[in-house]
Amino acid sequence: MPAVQETVARVREIDVDQYKYGFVTDIESDRAEQGLSEDTVRFISAKKGEPEWMLEWRLDAYRRWRTMTEPNWARVDYPPIPYEELYYYSAPKGTAGPKTLDDVDPELLKTYAKLGIPLVEQELLAGVQERRVAVDAVFDSVSVATTFQKELRQAGVIFCPISEAIREHPELVKKYLGSVVPASDNFFATLNSAVFSDGSFVYIPKGVRCPMELSTYFRINERNTGQFERTLIIADEGSYVSYLEGCTAPMRDENQLHAAVVELVALDDAEIKYSTVQNWYPGDADGKGGIYNFVTKRGDCRGKNAKISWTQVETGSAITWKYPSCILRGDNSRGEFYSIAISNGRQQVDSGTKMIHLGKNTTSKIISKGISAGRSQNTYRGLVSAHRKATNARNFTNCDSLLIGEECGAHTVPYLEAKTSTAVFEHEATTSKISDDQKFYCQQRGLSEEEAVALIVNGFVKDVLQQLPMEFAVEAQKLISISLEGSVG
Amino acid sequence: MNAEVRPIRTAAETGLIDAFERARSAQAGGEAARAIREEAFSGVVARGLPNRRVEEWKYTDLRALMREAQPIAEGATEADVSAARSLLPLQEVDALRLVFVNGAFAELLSAIDAPQGVTITPFAHALQSDARAALTLAGAPQGDAAVALNTAFVTSGVTITVAAGTKVARPIHIANVQTGPGHAAYGRVLVTIGEGAEATLIESFSGDSGGHQVNSTVGLTLGDDSKATLIKLQDEGFGTLHLATLAATLGARAELKTVALTAGAAASRQQIYLGFKGAKATADLTGAGFAGARRHLDTTLVVEHDAVGCTSRETFKTALDGEARSVFQGKIVVRPGAQKTDGKMMAKALLLSEGAEADAKPELEIFADDVVCGHGATVGALDDELLFYLMSRGLPKVEAEALLVQAFVGEVLESIEIEPLREALVARSERWLVARD
Amino acid sequence: MLSIQNLHASIEDKEILRGLTLDVKAGEVHAIMGPNGSGKSTLSYVLAGKDDYEVTAGSASLDGQDLFALEPDERAAAGLFLAFQYPLEIPGVATMTFLKTALNAQRRARGEAELPTPAFIKLVREKADGLGISTDMLKRGLNVGFSGGEKKRNEVLQMALLEPKLCVLDETDSGLDIDALKVVAEGVNALRAQDRSFVVITHYQRLLDHIRPDVVHVMSKGRIVRTGGPELAHELEARGYADYISDEAA
Repeated sequence: MPAVQETVARVREIDVDQYKYGFVTDIESDRAEQGLSEDTVRFISAKKGEPEWMLEWRLDAYRRWRTMTEPNWARVDYPPIPYEELYYYSAPKGTAGPKTLDDVDPELLKTYAKLGIPLVEQELLAGVQERRVAVDAVFDSVSVATTFQKELRQAGVIFCPISEAIREHPELVKKYLGSVVPASDNFFATLNSAVFSDGSFVYIPKGVRCPMELSTYFRINERNTGQFERTLIIADEGSYVSYLEGCTAPMRDENQLHAAVVELVALDDAEIKYSTVQNWYPGDADGKGGIYNFVTKRGDCRGKNAKISWTQVETGSAITWKYPSCILRGDNSRGEFYSIAISNGRQQVDSGTKMIHLGKNTTSKIISKGISAGRSQNTYRGLVSAHRKATNARNFTNCDSLLIGEECGAHTVPYLEAKTSTAVFEHEATTSKISDDQKFYCQQRGLSEEEAVALIVNGFVKDVLQQLPMEFAVEAQKLISISLEGSVG
Repeated sequence: MNAEVRPIRTAAETGLIDAFERARSAQAGGEAARAIREEAFSGVVARGLPNRRVEEWKYTDLRALMREAQPIAEGATEADVSAARSLLPLQEVDALRLVFVNGAFAELLSAIDAPQGVTITPFAHALQSDARAALTLAGAPQGDAAVALNTAFVTSGVTITVAAGTKVARPIHIANVQTGPGHAAYGRVLVTIGEGAEATLIESFSGDSGGHQVNSTVGLTLGDDSKATLIKLQDEGFGTLHLATLAATLGARAELKTVALTAGAAASRQQIYLGFKGAKATADLTGAGFAGARRHLDTTLVVEHDAVGCTSRETFKTALDGEARSVFQGKIVVRPGAQKTDGKMMAKALLLSEGAEADAKPELEIFADDVVCGHGATVGALDDELLFYLMSRGLPKVEAEALLVQAFVGEVLESIEIEPLREALVARSERWLVARD
Repeated sequence: MLSIQNLHASIEDKEILRGLTLDVKAGEVHAIMGPNGSGKSTLSYVLAGKDDYEVTAGSASLDGQDLFALEPDERAAAGLFLAFQYPLEIPGVATMTFLKTALNAQRRARGEAELPTPAFIKLVREKADGLGISTDMLKRGLNVGFSGGEKKRNEVLQMALLEPKLCVLDETDSGLDIDALKVVAEGVNALRAQDRSFVVITHYQRLLDHIRPDVVHVMSKGRIVRTGGPELAHELEARGYADYISDEAA
């Protein structure tokens, strides 16, 4: 609750830059040759010990990617990405193959401890009911540790690096990989399909409620390295899982490319709750450095009564290009999108969602809160469509933008497409600034201007914060204030 | 030019090229005009007619809608003029009246006794005196296909100037009637309302059911402290393709109000480009539209706030039956420095049948912080409970629906102050509610 | 306690306060009455430090501290409290959160330790009960969906919690029915103390039946034009402000 003061105090402690995750871990890496060719794809596949069918899948994607051009419809502006100069694979040395926590390089454990990510399976204190989170930690291109594996296995849940799943659970991977985001989907997804190195795989069997939150923590460390993780989550009939994703990267002068793909499949009566706190390095105040975040996330409510909910807090990255979407295929299925996107400095955000209503009686809800400060540009882009057969499709969209300062921009680009008369779509959007009167009122009660802004902004985004699991919500609240540091005055 | 690969030209594109080839030598305006027309047309040829891959035409695929290019209308015969008489709407409204039949001015049907302070001259004069001014539709994107085609082909129309301080009591009605074999008609109306002046303009479009192609442009300049009302009735025959563009610029404290009733045409698209150039001006843009069968109805507008303290309201409502489709694309832009902007946009579509379809894209593009902007959009069927309530009171379903639809669009038409005009438009909407065509 | 000397202030180049002088001693309650547009609310905003107003001449000090040298939050920490005529709504910020943030901000500014949560909750409950403010209201967004009376009670609750030296009540009676008025007045009266002063701004005398002033001032055209005892309020009630409007015609 007193996060406001705490945050402001914290911000003051950070001297030069607000980004506190900007350190570099000194660790020896195993890298692929610079640039991208069929050989790179073969190299990655070989490193992962993949079967032939997986290599073929990658090569198909690679060849297709060569014929594609980068999309340019988003409101983001950046110099050409030197795809031939990037490294497509980098792994800390000595992490090949499955491992137990004891085998993990202590330097890595230290890194994650510093980031506040527990890679130890803490014993539960007697009598204290604490919520536990199983973590899969991805460092550059590989998964370095996955906690609570044994306990999850007992529940029948598979939670492992996707590279392991390809080897150990080929029938599941074959069936679902690329079934939501096809390898040919878009420029960045296709690139990912060719060169993805790691990521998480989750399978929740029929009727199982996953006994703990699952979480993947992504860290880009290596210079000039693209990170291409791939996440696949399958919730079988009647199951439930809540999944959290966090990400950070060191401060580097050059831009780093991150092109991930996340696929969710929810079968009959299943529910997937996917939360992201995206805090990649945003670049410095002048726009130097920072992550280019081009991500394709899509969930498929494949069964009846399925539910997929995306919650995202986007505060990082120089460029965010991201539209977590729901395909509402099953009758009575439901999709939700809750988003807070904050941009400051020279950040550019173009993010939103797509709700594709195909089944009968499908419902969707979109709550988007955009906050632009500094000289940033923040765009909400969304599509809500109802297919001719999607009778009784329902959507409610609320998208609000807040501007702080006169050099930033806030934009709203929604598309509504109703092909059935039984659809009911309601969309509302507002753009405003923090009211001077509200700020004055808070100051009259003793809050500094900075505290007043932090408080009002936290109120503005509350609807979305409430969707996050508790621990994440507190963290996100602090992150929001830190991200807005320097925007007042 | 970079050699962009273009698919093979459609019949309409080929037809347009032929038509331009034939028309250019005879067009008025001399060398200056020719160069501008040439440039506008070559842009269209290079890009082709816009299709769904062109963002601004995403939902109105002109290449698909325009199967062929109709020949340019060659004026109106006596028979055309007499046929037009019965197709001319709003005759009960007391107004200065300028009637164009098949693009040609029909003096016989017109009533021009311009009052003091109002100057009305043929568009051809404007072409002769300053071709560049006449052919540049200020405030509109010149490269837009509808605007560019109009620029390339337009020869008829009118220029209206209301002198500073003049308050014109009678509305000025510009009627466009199409009759006879299918043809293409291009018109341009340029209106300047001087400082502190006031005027009301009525535009009507009507015609027989021939496959006409109407492309109209209106340039409206409002001086400081001026006031203008623009009311448009689009009641073309059901075979017509109707493209219209309104480009308006507002000076300081100017007030603009527009009301559009869209009831006709096989496919129609109304584009509005509005720019605030002076502080504290207000614009209230409204529209009601009906479509049944497989008709297509598009309203696309961009309101640019480029001055401090301006207010804009955009309210558009459509009711659709059969397999009709409506498109609303609206964008409020607030330029850097346009502080204290107040912009609100609302688009509502009512789907009365299973096969009807509505697309909406309401956008905000904001570069100034001290603003209050918002938009809303709804798509849906009539409220079942209300319908049931009315039916339980004895109203047959069709009547109950008509009552609710009338209430839905009523807000838009009720704001028209000229009573006979309001009544005529309400009557037109009532006719649609019976026919649902 | 409060000393205002020859205060001139304007908004958008329009002068509203034109040489206002006022002295309020510790423990006193002063009422400022006046017709609409006389500058009463401006005075409260200028004292609290609202951005839109420009002080062009004169001074104001609270216990010797120059108010105009302080930011609004510093003035609050120095002990100035303004009860707003129209309390602002802040959606998404629970009233409880707001109260705690404000109290601790002021305590920190004064170099005091922050109040631990259990002690804070106990304190709020105590004060809230007396004002008939429910737990539900404390959980809701600040002033969001509150009735006029609830908003004013919430202002008094904040006053009670923050324990200011000087309370400025800006038209606190506006929009209140008689019962709500009584609750608010009782809340204020309970806060009267030797070391706390009040400036009660009001258009009507009825509030002063419940909050008895020591001194009554009449304000017109940006100045105090008459000062007297409580009887002055009754006189105004009977005769209206006409005298104070017309004689300023020059």
